[in-house]
Amino acid sequence: MQPGQPLLQVEDLRTYFYTRRGVVKAVDGVSFSLAPGETLGIVGESGSGKTITSLSLLRLVPQPAGKIVGGRILFEGVDLLQLSEAEMREYRGSKISMILQDPMASLNPVYSIGEQVAEPLRQHQRLSGRKLWDQVTEALRLLRIPSPRERLRNYPHQMSGGMRQRVVGGIAISCRPKLIIADEPTTALDATIQAQYLAHLKDLQRETNVAMIFVSHDMGVIARVCDRVAVMYAGTIVETAAVRELFKNPKHPYTIGLLNSMPRLDRKTERLASIEGQPPALLNLPPGCRFAPRCYAAIDRCHAEDPPRVDVSGDHFATCWRVDAHREEDAAIPSVVS
Amino acid sequence: MNGSVEPVLEVQGLKKHFPVTRGMALQRTVGWVRAVNDVSFSIPPGETLSLVGESGAGKTTVAKSVLLLEEPSEGKLLFHGKDVMAFGRSELKDYRSNVQAVFQDPWGSMNPRMRVKTIVAEPLVVNTRLSKNEIRQKVLDLLRQVGLRPDQAELYPHEFSGGQRQRIAVARALALNPQLVVLDEPVSALDVSIRAQIMNLLKDIQTTYGLSYLMIAHNLATVRYMSHAVAIMYLGEIVEYADGDELFERPLHPYTKALLSAALATDPDARNDEIVLSGEMPSPINPPKGCHFHPRCPFAMDVCREVAPAVTYVGSKHKVSCHLYSEGSTHQ
Repeated sequence: MQPGQPLLQVEDLRTYFYTRRGVVKAVDGVSFSLAPGETLGIVGESGSGKTITSLSLLRLVPQPAGKIVGGRILFEGVDLLQLSEAEMREYRGSKISMILQDPMASLNPVYSIGEQVAEPLRQHQRLSGRKLWDQVTEALRLLRIPSPRERLRNYPHQMSGGMRQRVVGGIAISCRPKLIIADEPTTALDATIQAQYLAHLKDLQRETNVAMIFVSHDMGVIARVCDRVAVMYAGTIVETAAVRELFKNPKHPYTIGLLNSMPRLDRKTERLASIEGQPPALLNLPPGCRFAPRCYAAIDRCHAEDPPRVDVSGDHFATCWRVDAHREEDAAIPSVVS
Repeated sequence: MNGSVEPVLEVQGLKKHFPVTRGMALQRTVGWVRAVNDVSFSIPPGETLSLVGESGAGKTTVAKSVLLLEEPSEGKLLFHGKDVMAFGRSELKDYRSNVQAVFQDPWGSMNPRMRVKTIVAEPLVVNTRLSKNEIRQKVLDLLRQVGLRPDQAELYPHEFSGGQRQRIAVARALALNPQLVVLDEPVSALDVSIRAQIMNLLKDIQTTYGLSYLMIAHNLATVRYMSHAVAIMYLGEIVEYADGDELFERPLHPYTKALLSAALATDPDARNDEIVLSGEMPSPINPPKGCHFHPRCPFAMDVCREVAPAVTYVGSKHKVSCHLYSEGSTHQ
């Protein structure tokens, strides 16, 4: 890999599901890139395609209905979509690993946690004996698990939810991957435990310089941990920007609507502006912009033609016909009475 | 709200202890889970009180007690000043009509084989003597109020999205013109763009009918938007109680401060004064001695390890249970 080259570059990724009722375009033309050590947030609501995007990166899309039908996933310059299944297995858990939402579902209840953290190290690095257990202990230490040596013999049911999720993090970091994909890793955790976990992940990143993709529906989580954000809606990325830029200067009406529809903690909100309607079904999508039916700024063109990807400034892109138009309308976003 | 308004509901010294038993045939009690320990609050008409806390804090047990789904071990429920525990059959029936609930999961709280019109009509069929025609009218009215179309009355629950189902749940809760609705995490199962719709709906209905809400929620921004007063619970006790804005602008208890700082502001610049608590909530079977929060408290003093703090008033309606603020303390 050359210096300055992105660690991961996703180009025009398309993952479709072939069902009896038709083709569901769950991910439809998604592109983004990630530098080493960077954290990208993918934010969206249920059905926006954020989880299928992250599963596609590891080629773990549910078979046989789901299929990656187009695009490239360049990891350190290698297109993962061209690899054989055996070659792909060398990446999973080794160079790219994953943390999922529910730690109880990712851990095997009948193996001790030491065994489970050791598994990828045995598999990928052929470690054994002293070396193996030193690495396992180190992985647990990186996730701030107190007295890791004693904890190795514990089973998942002997630990709290927060502790289990740290073990899952320990498994993910054990082989020192270049990239960790975390899909809603803190959604199942209590607020103060969530804050702890996010702090640990940030520490981990400082210590190991691992890049992260953080999938979440929670703008608060995104704001706290990410460097850059991609907002997904109905299978497409509608806006990407550096995290501060996105929150301070959102350009896509969906992003604006989403931020306005969330109550603030730091000040009194008299009335929330909600986004009318619901996300579209991904089966038989109408032409044009997928957000147009719910958009306050939509014009005729939005309903007819796919919107362009507009370069707002440097690293800030919005896929919208009306990027310039809604500036003056910001002040007058309709407060929708539902 | 001035103090002369009679509260719709008053809870006094509520305790709920569950026995921990050993053995199959001859069960003996080996301990007690103190799920709720001496909780008191009152809800004036037309206002929302929110109970906030992490899992295991006892907020759901409080809500269940109010709904008479759990019998309190100790304490009183006063409905318009009258002791609910002393109610006879017909008064209890009245109470149950007057206190309704909307739950977190709109998928789990509806019979999938019933049409929406039957779901919404059920409380009316059971509790009133309205004619079929009157019931149909009332159901259509209710659906309109929650933003659904009359023709949707014929559909089944699975034909609706999560947000719409929550609207149906609200319609059902309103059917008997209740005075108090218990909202148990009413929006946390919904998508972000739908949450605002449901929160606005609940606020509109409150204004229209002068309803009181007892809300359980963990998302503090939601709580701030919805509530007139907030009670922060930790390990079965209310550790701080204040009017909504007061609590968010002048939090006192270290646990409240930690919760506020753990609540992730949707603002990348709001990263200062973070208090990340160490450890986890201890078991309610053997709560720590003294202040239950002291093992995790960054400001714990010797006295906190020994003596449980008393409730201290720091304003007419702001109460906190913490030694930092007790009388004679130098730490104010």
